[in-house]
Amino acid sequence: MSTDHRADRRSKHDIAAAIARDIAAEHPDGSYVNLGIGQPTLVADHLPAGSGVVLHTENGMLNMGPAAHGDDVDPDLINAGKVAVTELPGAAYFHQADSFAMMRGGHLDVCVLGAFQVSARGDLANWHTGAPEAVPAVGGAMDLAIGARRVWVMMTLFDKQGAPKLVPECTYPLTGLACVERVYTDLGTFAVGPDGVRLLDVHGITAQDLVRRLAPIEVRIDAAVTDEARAARR
Amino acid sequence: MTARVCAGYDEAVAGTADGATVLVGGFGMAGMPVELVDALIRQGAADLTIVSNNAGNGDTGLAALLATGRVRKVICSFPRQSDSWVFDGLYRAGRIELEVVPQGNLAERMRAAGAGIGAFYSPTAVGTPLAEGKEVREIDGRSYLLEYPIHGDLALIKAHTADRMGNLVYRRTARNFGPVMATAARTVAVQVDRVVETGALDPEAVVTPSIYVDRIVAATQESAA
Repeated sequence: MSTDHRADRRSKHDIAAAIARDIAAEHPDGSYVNLGIGQPTLVADHLPAGSGVVLHTENGMLNMGPAAHGDDVDPDLINAGKVAVTELPGAAYFHQADSFAMMRGGHLDVCVLGAFQVSARGDLANWHTGAPEAVPAVGGAMDLAIGARRVWVMMTLFDKQGAPKLVPECTYPLTGLACVERVYTDLGTFAVGPDGVRLLDVHGITAQDLVRRLAPIEVRIDAAVTDEARAARR
Repeated sequence: MTARVCAGYDEAVAGTADGATVLVGGFGMAGMPVELVDALIRQGAADLTIVSNNAGNGDTGLAALLATGRVRKVICSFPRQSDSWVFDGLYRAGRIELEVVPQGNLAERMRAAGAGIGAFYSPTAVGTPLAEGKEVREIDGRSYLLEYPIHGDLALIKAHTADRMGNLVYRRTARNFGPVMATAARTVAVQVDRVVETGALDPEAVVTPSIYVDRIVAATQESAA
């Protein structure tokens, strides 16, 4: 595996910050957002004050607040990762059928999920490694994948063996078909879908190098990823 | 028939037959009716099918029921957790059957049961391993899977407050599966923190109307004096 760019990779906090920025930029009047279990929950820490974003947790709550500590911990108030959380003014509670109806019904603007693999056309694999001894467990992953209006993935671009997780076809068991719209990684941000893969942003690596490492996937380089455009944004 | 306030947890689960399908509320431990599950263990019904979001945490509640060996099958969305060692051991030993259902389909299948819906088409899990054996139907250019209701013989749920008629209110995210399961089982047993006199709950705030509730057990009961 090539390690030459590792030092410049974005941390998971940087990735979360980028997602938070895009959520705020693309939904300026506030949006309803579900953050998947694990790293996506970090996005909440980076949402700008006054973004108006309302967090949904699929175990039955809107306008979830930050993690609870000390006396604020209430066993009846947890998020989908079973972590104690808090409520914000305007919070609402509802049962499971309602929670997934608002998801499936297209009312949720954005969902951010982790992934084992994403395919060039946006297929998602994030629930099962396919290992025969693994106990299968899906939770709300499949509902979220096809329910939210926009599904964004947050992951490292390469696995521990150095293989790309952005792939022509997923080899892990699928969570959803053609559902992912955008992939945020340590080395770059991608749009995926019926038109294939487009590189939107790069980090610590040139666009050309990154595209080469992702072969055989064909990646179109967005005009905004030129050195000039990137310098102008800083 | 309006609900009956039971003297204890054992009365609330009395008569559960071998082979019953039991819906157990809760998401993790929030809303988990631990005392009712403990009572079901004492009651002794075997060959059970358990429907719940998870398959037990630690060694108590649902995990303790599984450990008795009286559960034939678990229908749930997320059995694998850091503290699900009881289920994991039974599953790996081939001693328990597992049907994994996406969480939203699990809820909707019980909602359908409670609402008298014969089956429904859901877009969840299309193209995945969980679609195996299910009818696929294209509607308006989108693919859906045919999903059937899940009916319970008994539902065990936890709410916050009941009135004597059986109207229920829940507390925060402990609501989770309670209101749906309450509609989907022939007999519904509810454990609550407290029972209040009929009329003491704001009708606008009732979440589960009394028609769904059969048996209530309270940790504490307000004196009827």
